[in-house]
Amino acid sequence: MRVYLDNNATTMLDPKAFELMKPYFCEQYGNPNSLHKFGTEIHKAISESFDKLYAGINAKNEDDVIITSCATESNNWVLKGIYFDEILGKNKNHIITTEVEHPAIRSTCAFLESLGVEVTYLPIDEDARVTAQQVREAITEKTALVSVMWANNETGVIFPIEEIGQVCKEKGVLFHTDAVQAIGKIPVDVVKANVDFLSFSGHKFHGPKGIGGLYIRKGVSLTPLFHGGEHMGGKRSGTLNVPYIIGMGEAMRLAQEGLDYEAREVRHLRDYLEDAILKNDEVIVVGKKELKVPNTILTSIRGIEGEAMLWDLNKAGIAASTGSACASEDLEANPVMSAIGADKELAHTAIRFSLSRFNTQEEIDYTIRIFNQSIQRLREISSTY
Amino acid sequence: MAKNDLLGGALWDAYSNKVAQRMDNPTHLGVLTEEDAKARNAKLIVADYGAESCGDAVRLYWLVDEEDTIIDAKFKSFGCGTAIASSDMMVELCLGKKVQDAVKITNIDVEKALRDDPDTPAVPGQKMHCSVMAYDVIKKAASLYLGKDMADFEDEIIVCECARVSLSTIKEVIKLNDLKTIEEITNFTKAGAFCKSCIKPGGHEARDYYLVDILRETRLEMETEALKQNAQKVQLGDLPFAEMTIVQKSKAIDKTIDEHIRPMLMMDGGDLEIIDIQDSQDGHTDIFIRYLGACHGCASASTGTLYAIENVLQEHLDSNIRVLPV
Repeated sequence: MRVYLDNNATTMLDPKAFELMKPYFCEQYGNPNSLHKFGTEIHKAISESFDKLYAGINAKNEDDVIITSCATESNNWVLKGIYFDEILGKNKNHIITTEVEHPAIRSTCAFLESLGVEVTYLPIDEDARVTAQQVREAITEKTALVSVMWANNETGVIFPIEEIGQVCKEKGVLFHTDAVQAIGKIPVDVVKANVDFLSFSGHKFHGPKGIGGLYIRKGVSLTPLFHGGEHMGGKRSGTLNVPYIIGMGEAMRLAQEGLDYEAREVRHLRDYLEDAILKNDEVIVVGKKELKVPNTILTSIRGIEGEAMLWDLNKAGIAASTGSACASEDLEANPVMSAIGADKELAHTAIRFSLSRFNTQEEIDYTIRIFNQSIQRLREISSTY
Repeated sequence: MAKNDLLGGALWDAYSNKVAQRMDNPTHLGVLTEEDAKARNAKLIVADYGAESCGDAVRLYWLVDEEDTIIDAKFKSFGCGTAIASSDMMVELCLGKKVQDAVKITNIDVEKALRDDPDTPAVPGQKMHCSVMAYDVIKKAASLYLGKDMADFEDEIIVCECARVSLSTIKEVIKLNDLKTIEEITNFTKAGAFCKSCIKPGGHEARDYYLVDILRETRLEMETEALKQNAQKVQLGDLPFAEMTIVQKSKAIDKTIDEHIRPMLMMDGGDLEIIDIQDSQDGHTDIFIRYLGACHGCASASTGTLYAIENVLQEHLDSNIRVLPV
């Protein structure tokens, strides 16, 4: 049996989205910026896709939702754009983020630090969250941007984005959220959350890979990351990836449509797996169920190194992760486990399971059986258990 | 960076079949007890190395007879597939050896024994450090058995544990080959090619020595040494003008002018001063001078006198000298 439980790394393209994409590869292949009919006949489909994206995050018509190549590009764009617009040559020189952001934020912040920007990395608490109060206390008159993820990619823990947005609004500080792990799992509303910028990535909610988006609230300026043309109103140059925009739009629509299913059925399967995992001795799961998106489990198993467990699962056809897929070849301990600091010994033992609406009860039962077998085998080998 | 490095995620594909087999079914897994030792008239040694908090830990059991021979060995390991397979192979290599010989087994020996074919590494570069732990635990066990310190088994300071490259080797290679970059050091020695912890602070584990520091300090030593040699040659008159530093050139030119040119000019009530000395891109040394006294405004200052000055300097110092009045 093949079981895919690494949906926080990427997801299967929804076949319904794929069907909508097909005609735009070989039949309707015009460049939407062309004046002739080959180009203009695509406008309607593109427009409908934009409507789906706007609806998915409750953006207003006056706001911008710019198509990018992925959330990494969107995140880079916000941070580097803020550097040019709010920091360089001006009085502000401070960015606030968290210790557990995706490397697209942390590494870009480190780069900006090399240019003289001061960055505050907020730690997470015992619930693996940052609080609005932490953000409030960290904001100074020099703060140019607050960037806090909507949901953590490894623990699945949801951050209090609406409260943080309110704090930023009160303080007059721009607010960005990386919503990659929230879209398709919980409701995302840019108006309620008072966000100025929001990043998302198509392949995290059963859309195609290599396409994402950046929401920019009306009236907020952001220096383009790419220069070279008038695409996307001059804000992001590069010929539009038409079939992928169509696919991402439909995936967003399907994700919104499926939020109830996600909250009910995916959560049920996740909780079922989590409860089974916790029946083993000296195993922990990070984050309370009610504080997490419905699909994610980050577990640590005393005495078992993460990659060794992953090896056994993979042999049995089960895909999971030692943490972030981007760091799967990294030798470091799981950074979120380290940030929690609750039990340093467990930092190298983290395994992440992330489900999707395509997983079944049979798959989860099989996973529980293999997981338990692997625990037994690896603990027999272990010198620390 | 090369084409194959641009695509990540193939970590497990780089494991040899032997690594995979030993990860799935380690052959020397287990424990040995005092009862086992008693039954076989041997001494039990139990050595731990690493810790769960570091990501790798191994426990090695030896039964050693009166002849110092390891007659049985087992292991337990907390670690990834490479760590488990390396520990298993390490135990196999220890079996039947005297303790004094077992301590000579290195992580390189373990890795080579895990290869499917002699030319293909058994594990990807970043996983080499997992075999280092297997090497260290042997030293720990031997130190317990022989009542020595682990450090006693190292003759040299090892900078890159994955590739077993010593501090003295790295310094020697830098000096012999005039290496200027970390990449060059890695190409010559393989130091820093694997887990990369030894390149600079911030890697997987903290190290006592880093390649960036060794390179900087060795280059400084080389430059100091070169200056010393240079000064010695000048003193002996063995240093060609072209190899002199700008200060040495200035002194040599001054000396030649004082000894061979200035007396000639002063006889006619003239003199000169050096304004600047520049090494030109076309391989010449340009000496900019200003005439003083009777030489200033003299008709031959730009012809005969100038040629005479230039000839003397070329004859005594270097044929590529040009003299330019300003």
